[in-house]
Amino acid sequence: MSREQTIPRSRWLPWHAIVVFGFLYLPIVTLIVYSFNGSGVGGFPPHNLTLNWYRLLFADDAIWTSVLNSLLVAFAAMAISLAFGIPAALALDRANFPGKVLFRRLVLLPLILPGIITGLSLLMLFREGGVKLSLLTIVLGHGTALISVATTEVFAGLQKLDRAQEEASLDLGANYWQTFWRVTLPNLRLSIIGAALLIFTLSMDEIAVSFFLIGRDNTLPLEIWGRLRRGITPEINAISTIIFVFSLAAIVTWYRLRARAETDLVL
Amino acid sequence: MATLSQSAITDATPASPAPLLDIRKVAKSFGKNPVLRDISLQVAEGEFLTILGESGSGKTTLLRIIAGFENATSGEIFMGGERLDDLPPYRRRVNTVFQHYALFPHLTVAENVGYGLKIAGLPKPEVATRVEQALDMVKMTPYAGSKPSKISGGQQQRIALARALVNRPRLLLLDEPLSALDANLRRQMQVELKSLQREVGISFVFVTHDQEEAMVMSDRIALLRIGQLEQVASPREIYNRPATAYTAQFIGHTNLLSGEVKDGVARCHSLSWRTGLRDGPGLFSLRPENIRLADGPAEAATVRFRGRVLRQAFHGATELLQIECADGLTLSIRAASRENWDGDLDLEFSSADAVPVKQSQERV
Amino acid sequence: MFSRAYRAAITLPPLVWVVVFLLVPYALLFCYSFWSVSPSQVIVHSWTLDNYRQLFRVNVYWQTLFRSMWIAARVTIFSLLLGYPLAYYLSFYAGKRKDLFYQLVIIPLWVSYLVRAYAWKTILGSDGVLNTLLQYVHFTKHPLEFLLYSPFAVVLTLTHIYTPFAFLPIYASLEHIPRNLIEASHDLGASPFQTFWRVIFPLSIPGVLAGATFAFVLSLGDFLAPLLLGGPSGIMISNIVVSLFGAAYNWPLGAAISFCMLALVLALLFLSENLEKKWSYR
Repeated sequence: MSREQTIPRSRWLPWHAIVVFGFLYLPIVTLIVYSFNGSGVGGFPPHNLTLNWYRLLFADDAIWTSVLNSLLVAFAAMAISLAFGIPAALALDRANFPGKVLFRRLVLLPLILPGIITGLSLLMLFREGGVKLSLLTIVLGHGTALISVATTEVFAGLQKLDRAQEEASLDLGANYWQTFWRVTLPNLRLSIIGAALLIFTLSMDEIAVSFFLIGRDNTLPLEIWGRLRRGITPEINAISTIIFVFSLAAIVTWYRLRARAETDLVL
Repeated sequence: MATLSQSAITDATPASPAPLLDIRKVAKSFGKNPVLRDISLQVAEGEFLTILGESGSGKTTLLRIIAGFENATSGEIFMGGERLDDLPPYRRRVNTVFQHYALFPHLTVAENVGYGLKIAGLPKPEVATRVEQALDMVKMTPYAGSKPSKISGGQQQRIALARALVNRPRLLLLDEPLSALDANLRRQMQVELKSLQREVGISFVFVTHDQEEAMVMSDRIALLRIGQLEQVASPREIYNRPATAYTAQFIGHTNLLSGEVKDGVARCHSLSWRTGLRDGPGLFSLRPENIRLADGPAEAATVRFRGRVLRQAFHGATELLQIECADGLTLSIRAASRENWDGDLDLEFSSADAVPVKQSQERV
Repeated sequence: MFSRAYRAAITLPPLVWVVVFLLVPYALLFCYSFWSVSPSQVIVHSWTLDNYRQLFRVNVYWQTLFRSMWIAARVTIFSLLLGYPLAYYLSFYAGKRKDLFYQLVIIPLWVSYLVRAYAWKTILGSDGVLNTLLQYVHFTKHPLEFLLYSPFAVVLTLTHIYTPFAFLPIYASLEHIPRNLIEASHDLGASPFQTFWRVIFPLSIPGVLAGATFAFVLSLGDFLAPLLLGGPSGIMISNIVVSLFGAAYNWPLGAAISFCMLALVLALLFLSENLEKKWSYR
């Protein structure tokens, strides 16, 4: 369809878009720039460019321990969310059982509910159950909250799946399990990877739920949080810049994978 | 007259009275890809013109240019004597029935039909009356309050039609509106559309790839091939006197006889007949129904030959038979259905029915 | 088509997990809201409506709740005002760059919330970037105080965070509009503006509702931005809850407030879903 006649040129929309993009990226750019600023935070324009803060950062053991903790938690949460989220998506797509509506709402609720409510409720569960707070409780918290992400992504992927492919597999003699492993799962690969990346990133950044379930070991966001309470340190700019770079890498990877997979799927 | 003039490929209609739509040398390229080349066509008032072509022929593009959704790369379009192509689509007195209907899902049937009237600012009572009339015309009155998702494809198609016609456009464009319907409904709609057009008196420009549909409905057919007009003529004319081999084969079945003309006689394999063509290679179109079983003494200007049935395709009242003649020539003939076609047959055709055709139109 | 064993295998594990780790905890939250805490900081399992009474009688609680709702409302409106035209631009004007721009909108979502909120703190502070810049260009002599530690800062930051959330469903719904409807509208005489108002906008309403719901609910329950940037005048309801579970140590009261928030969110979701259904035309 030719865009020439049907949607006439607009003068202000592109400007609006520029303003919004500027607004969205201003803090990120500021952060990056000031992570190299010699006199730390504040002051304009930035001057005295230095890698000092990065040096300090790399020598900071507490931060790296918390990074390690966060990574552990993120991988474990990813495992739980996928292990329960994928069957949940399948169940919502293909099974009928009493309480299905309630189940669906419950699974998707943490997505929109403010994190502290989910965090608090789990805190109460662990308290009543006599479970001590630790990285494990955080893992359970993240895993539970993020099942909704896995379910949503996989469910969307299931809608795109051509049911006829599974029927063809059954027709050719494969049973339900074989069909699942050989046809359904490979087709869902894209959704699962997308979900995994998203869960990983969300877990690395998660604060609201973690806030209530933390034991002695900090995750990265909570470590940063603790320092912020005590006062702004420019190291934070440095670690934030690093986080940004990783997030960027993650999303670019995700898009490349998706673009490649989509061309594969188009027969 | 057996020679063909160049004007046959542009427009066979005399220019009086003044045409409603005048397309002059319109061309369209998408980037480096030329889709329409040098199209000149006129649509008369009250005429049902079909633009017929295969996919890729450019027919939809041409329609969209008339509607205003695409700009021609060069050329002009006039409607009623005034420039049409420099107006945006919402200022043209042209309405379109879209291929997939494009009904507004969030509006009821009545609101859909009344959309153009509301935009034009007509008072509510008048909108209501005209919507009612339009729904009545397409026999969809009971569905006025329904949403488009609740009615069938054929019904949606009628609503799309009503929505366009209620605005009393000077020209109605129809982009393959029947292609999504099943065969019986399609045939029914063809008849209804034709009588609707007669009743309303508006010019219709109808796009399709279905040649039978074109023949049933049209006053004239414009056959488009790879962006150029192959022939523009009435259905009968295009069928009985195809200009080119492509036309002869695209519309209906035909046998293409290629042979040599010398001294006023055309020879194709063992067949020969008199013709007024100049000497040289000749190509002739012979319709299967024009070959009949020989009966009685041979008449003048009739070609007789013998053949054997290779295959038969049953079509109900008639059959299409594939005949093998002496020296390997195969022809299709259409004959009244018969159980048994054994043995050799005596066949004949009038030499006038061997219509000379060009191989193709010169491509620009 | 699927066997019973298959269906049981895909249904039971998530069902069990969700019951244990979601349903039971929310139920516990409900129960806690009716319990009380003894002076010696022990949680007593005696049933009382005291917590709810407190919530409605003590000014600071319900005032903060309303202030939070007002902040959330402003965030929602601004997010929609920023997000809708952006989504429109991407969907109808961006052409080949559509995917790239889409990624550009999504990227901030993947960058840590904490990091972004902290960055705003850097920008808005009295020797922050904005103030020093304004003084540098002589726009103002003294640093603007209201920029930080105020509801303004909270609204600004939350708008920044939630605009992409508002954008996503709006963009999806705009993408879903068949382009031939726009052509049909033009064909019938409607100008581009009329087409937007009568065809495009109504068909995008479900997306707008979803985006608004996300922005409102999530900013209502936010506790980080107010804590970092809100100052005393920018405290939101979640901060109160957090302190009740921390220093102020009154879990039952905190649970009661949380449960009210939960109920409010559920009511909003219900309302939003029904409105979406009404505006959807399937």
